[in-house]
Amino acid sequence: MNILKSALLGTAVAALTATGALACEATGRVSIIGNEFPAIQTVAANAGACTGIDFSSNLTADHQTLNVAGMSGNPAEYTTAIVANSSIVALINEDVIRPLDDLVATYGADIPARQLITVDGQIMAVAFMANAQHLVYRGDVLEQVGLDVPTSYEEVLAAAEAIRAAGIMEYPVGGAYAAGWNLAQEFINMYIGTGGEFFVPGTAQVSINNAQGVEALEMMKALTEYMNPDFLTHDSNATSAEWEAGNVALMNMWGSRTGVLMDAEGSEPVVYENTMVSGPLTVGDSGTPATTLWWDGWTVAKNISDEDAAATFIAMANGVSPAILDDATMGQAVWLMEGYTPAPVNEGVLASVAAGSTPYPMRPYQGLLHTALGDNIADFLQGNESAEQALADIEAAYTAAAIEKGFLQ
Amino acid sequence: MKHASFFWFVLPSSLMMLLFIAFPIVSVVTQSLYQAHEQVIIEVENCGPFGCTTETAVDTQATAALREAEPLGQWAGLNIYKDRNHLAVDEVTAAWVNADGLPDFGRALMNLPFYKAMAFTLTYTAVVTPLTIILGFIIAIAVNAVARSLRGPTIFFSLLPMIVTPLVGALILFWMVDARGILGTALQWLADDPSLSVKASTPLMWIMLMVYGVWSSAPFAFIVYYAGLQTVNTDTLEAAMIDGASRWQRIRYVVIPHLVPLTTFIALIQLMDNFRVFEPIVSFSAQAHATSLSYAIFNDLGGETRLLSSAAATSVLTIIGVAILLSPVLVRTWREFGSPR
Repeated sequence: MNILKSALLGTAVAALTATGALACEATGRVSIIGNEFPAIQTVAANAGACTGIDFSSNLTADHQTLNVAGMSGNPAEYTTAIVANSSIVALINEDVIRPLDDLVATYGADIPARQLITVDGQIMAVAFMANAQHLVYRGDVLEQVGLDVPTSYEEVLAAAEAIRAAGIMEYPVGGAYAAGWNLAQEFINMYIGTGGEFFVPGTAQVSINNAQGVEALEMMKALTEYMNPDFLTHDSNATSAEWEAGNVALMNMWGSRTGVLMDAEGSEPVVYENTMVSGPLTVGDSGTPATTLWWDGWTVAKNISDEDAAATFIAMANGVSPAILDDATMGQAVWLMEGYTPAPVNEGVLASVAAGSTPYPMRPYQGLLHTALGDNIADFLQGNESAEQALADIEAAYTAAAIEKGFLQ
Repeated sequence: MKHASFFWFVLPSSLMMLLFIAFPIVSVVTQSLYQAHEQVIIEVENCGPFGCTTETAVDTQATAALREAEPLGQWAGLNIYKDRNHLAVDEVTAAWVNADGLPDFGRALMNLPFYKAMAFTLTYTAVVTPLTIILGFIIAIAVNAVARSLRGPTIFFSLLPMIVTPLVGALILFWMVDARGILGTALQWLADDPSLSVKASTPLMWIMLMVYGVWSSAPFAFIVYYAGLQTVNTDTLEAAMIDGASRWQRIRYVVIPHLVPLTTFIALIQLMDNFRVFEPIVSFSAQAHATSLSYAIFNDLGGETRLLSSAAATSVLTIIGVAILLSPVLVRTWREFGSPR
């Protein structure tokens, strides 16, 4: 009975939030494609709370393989795609999303300028949250070995050695080093941290086979010496599981995943009570944090009627309005809306922003390099080839793909 | 059957095959011969929550005009096939010229994605296909010897690996061989090496993928052989028994010759399936240790920027590979078909 009561109460509260605080009305079709995690679910639910719209949403981890195809038709299947600074590029390249300037002028006057993503002066997306990778550490373990919180990867290595020497953990360092997208992302962080440039400025000509590239790879390899030997199969989920199992004391992890690590579910009190977040790490002496900043935001499809575009804009603006922030949703992300007050779990992302970290580059051909990196770094980390050879392979794989896509001749 | 009635009999399925198999293949071949238009790159200023940066972008208007003129893209001929991510003609030639002996050439070849994928795919096919056939045959013989009342449940359990969705089956094995899983720990104990990890070692990962391959497709061979066993002539078997043939001699001289045509059939299907090995690589997160042509196609289409022409070229190469692999079996079947009985 009690369960039923609280369930009913929950529904009533939800209904109240949906109708009371967020009254919104529009006519037309609203269809969302986006990634699946709590913050995006909140946004989609609040967008769907508008009355008068024909609403549907498809939130899935496979959104990137669906959004371009689903927005290329006329009319487009999806009227809006929730994207990040990496994935918006594919939509712009394929010309499937529309500039939002007129819609912002008509319906979005109260959206703060810092939430508007502009490309060449045109508003292409509205961002609603920020994300970044930063250090997550076990306070109790560092205390046992008597070390301060590391601020650089060199200090991480020293701390890892101390933890191993003290016999506390055999593999104290964690990281999403699964071959593919995750591993490539770690290289991109590290390479930015060494102060390297990915391309010859203004061109699609890759240039990572240099001293910074070698330095980044060598640091990654040094870190893997302190990681579980299975690191090439550990994605963010598996790394989080390792953390919750208490096997890891130091790792570079996504801000959006720290909430799960610090809640009381899935781990012993000694783990979750001592899980702390800190800012981004540096490598070498370039002074640039070895991390990238990310935003998540929504777009409006090009191949839809003006009526549907307006309805989509109104509903999505409602989905990311300051009114959606309450006790339950506040900690889900580093929201960019007015009225957001950071929770302790979000401090790492805020510290990354404050440290002046580099945003993940919004380049048309960065995705091709990301894929090439993901396919070729593992050979080096397994000791099959030299850093220079791995970097040469990455450049060659990227160049072949870039020629196919018309970025290089 | 008269030619006319045969024609009308197969017409519906021929039409379907034309529509759903032949046309898509034509489209894939066409796609693989074209590449994207030259992208018009401009410098723009991007602004967002983290400030403004000057960055390159695609000039969508200029590119749209190019696309309008030639919707398929620009003619690439065989360039995609020859580039480094496929047959890598230039790289292989250079490696051949510069190589210091055959082992060195082999190392250079294994550094190229296509040949690396082929090395695993061919090893996998060569190992898994015969083992599947042998194991399937042994299970079939064993199940056939089980008391009639127990046969139903035995068949069901023997078929389980095939009933379980491949991704799920592979995931279960993946967790069991984890360094902290039941099989992983058992292996560490057997090898007396506490740091042994299947997932960290390329040879062990290959073995695990092949074990999975045999485990998941043996039931197919089993059920085909089991059906075949029901048609073995009991008179011949009894005659052999009266002549004093042992159980092994009966299997060797009566059962196996009877089941040879089925073996051809199983080999054909298994060669095709194994050459397209894909699910275990994904669910074992084995891409750092082993890749296949199917995995390469998946990788091309799964990135933020989809490489359609590259995926199409790999698909065509897969079809050619399957055709080459099947040719000996097909030629044999054709000869048998043509020879007077």
